[in-house]
Amino acid sequence: MIYTLCMALFFIGLYGICCKKNLIKIVLGFIIMDYAVNLFIILIGYRKNGIAPILDKTMDVKKFALSSVDPMPQAMVLTAIVIGLAVTALLVALCVRIYERYGTFDITKIRKLRG
Amino acid sequence: MERYIYLILLPLGGAFIIAALNAVVKSAKLRNIISDILANLVTLAAAGIALASFGIKGSYSVGAWPPPFGINLVADGFSTLMLATVNTIAFCATLYSVNYMDQYTSKRHYYSLFLLMLAGMNGVLLSGDFFNMFVFIEIASISSYALVGFGTEAEELEASFKYMVMGGIASAFMLLAVAMLYSSFGVLNMADIARAIAVSPRATTLKFPLFLFIIAFAIKGAIIPFHAWLPDAHPSAPAPVSAMLSGVLIKTLGIYAMTRIIMNIFAADVTGLAPLGIISIIIGMPLALGQTDIKRLLAYSSISQVGYIVLGLGLGTPLGIFGALFHLINHSIFKSLLFLNSGAVAYRLGTRELNDMGGLNKVMPITGGTSFIASLSIAGIPPFNGFFSKLIIILACVKAGHTGFALWAVAGSILTLSSFMKVQKLAFFGKIAEKHKGIKEAPLLMSVSVVILAVLCIASSFLLLPGLRNITLQPAVDALLAGAEYAKIIK
Repeated sequence: MIYTLCMALFFIGLYGICCKKNLIKIVLGFIIMDYAVNLFIILIGYRKNGIAPILDKTMDVKKFALSSVDPMPQAMVLTAIVIGLAVTALLVALCVRIYERYGTFDITKIRKLRG
Repeated sequence: MERYIYLILLPLGGAFIIAALNAVVKSAKLRNIISDILANLVTLAAAGIALASFGIKGSYSVGAWPPPFGINLVADGFSTLMLATVNTIAFCATLYSVNYMDQYTSKRHYYSLFLLMLAGMNGVLLSGDFFNMFVFIEIASISSYALVGFGTEAEELEASFKYMVMGGIASAFMLLAVAMLYSSFGVLNMADIARAIAVSPRATTLKFPLFLFIIAFAIKGAIIPFHAWLPDAHPSAPAPVSAMLSGVLIKTLGIYAMTRIIMNIFAADVTGLAPLGIISIIIGMPLALGQTDIKRLLAYSSISQVGYIVLGLGLGTPLGIFGALFHLINHSIFKSLLFLNSGAVAYRLGTRELNDMGGLNKVMPITGGTSFIASLSIAGIPPFNGFFSKLIIILACVKAGHTGFALWAVAGSILTLSSFMKVQKLAFFGKIAEKHKGIKEAPLLMSVSVVILAVLCIASSFLLLPGLRNITLQPAVDALLAGAEYAKIIK
């Protein structure tokens, strides 16, 4: 169920990128899509009633491995978030510069390049 | 094997030092000179390392953490071949930038981004881990987005935005596919995943991540119908960056990553790619023929030439793959040469419009001569490299029983010839306009760099000789044909 919602979020983002006419809305669509992927990665590592993946000296390693959530996707998501931040920052900076040049955010009016 | 780590470390370190120069060196002129020298030294060293280490196979665990816990770098025949190509072209492009980038402000930032892009590409070619590969692809792409918009003119920003949105979608698809593979196998190491896929009973559920990967890399490699960003992005970038983008970036992020994943990791059937290649050839070339902006024409022709590479790979026969890889090297040489020449013309004339040129051979003999060589190469005229690689691909089509594909490839070749004859006729032959009489040849370093590439255009034909073939191209073909055997490089 939650995977389906995650997929829906992904497609909402994709819809935003493909169909919206405003540059800022396209950027927002991109962010939504990025978050959907990040959420998906986190969900992979999730385990119901799992414990935090920190190994204490008092814990048994086997029992720990059976009950903790997977730490690997969390590490991946951190990296993916940072990359997403870089891309978003660059996109927004581009939007600002495009607004300076064209005076509009409407992509139907930003058409100096042919097909 | 240890030396390969320097291919990533040197450009990465160079990029940070050049970016940090601001704090140390106060004089702007001195800063530019230091960054010129540093960037050229770094790319020269990288090219030297890559060329000196053909055929060194093996895997290197970064930080001595053994896979699958640590990240590992893997080199085989295919990646060493690509590394040599990428770093050679990068050296020529930086040499060219010394003069060319004087037109722009803030040369330092340019070099910094350029080296970052190079580090990303080398990383993609060496990484043996899916998530690591994703990170390197992002490093290379983000710096290329910034480089496309480097001039910050209206068109350049628009092209950069378009490129970035398409590239962002591709990256999201790739990350999704990586996540799915992780959820199926619990590892990210390519070799371990390849082993797991070979014995996996759930082959059908793996089709979806494979499909996502193919779409992602087809966008990055600008294979029709995912090409929309390329004809805008490549002409908008400064000339040395266009040369890098068209020459090696689309091949590293697109073709290399795609073939590596399809053939070595999934060991899947590649024959579905051949029609995509044909579509790229027959749609790309007429579009190129219709352009009058020299860089747009070159960009469209890149699409169709990449089509040839995909067609050869898609045949899946040893001869087809051989031809494809050979064409990949040749295309990166002559297409970067053509882009650098178009930059030299734009540098002196201030226009990229073919109709405003004419007779440039008289005033710019080196640029004219080298672009004549490159045009003959790309059109496939005998003693030059392009002829041999196209011939091999067409022969491979016939041998594999796809005579129709061969015919289309020949037709595409004729259209290539006509579009480059158009460039030659309009730009370099004929009568020179009165206002262009006074222009001079391109500056020294720009000429040196195009001459190196022109010599390579002829020299790379010799890669077909058995002695050279067995140390360069053949290991790459064997590496791809080995399929999931790839996993054996890593112990």
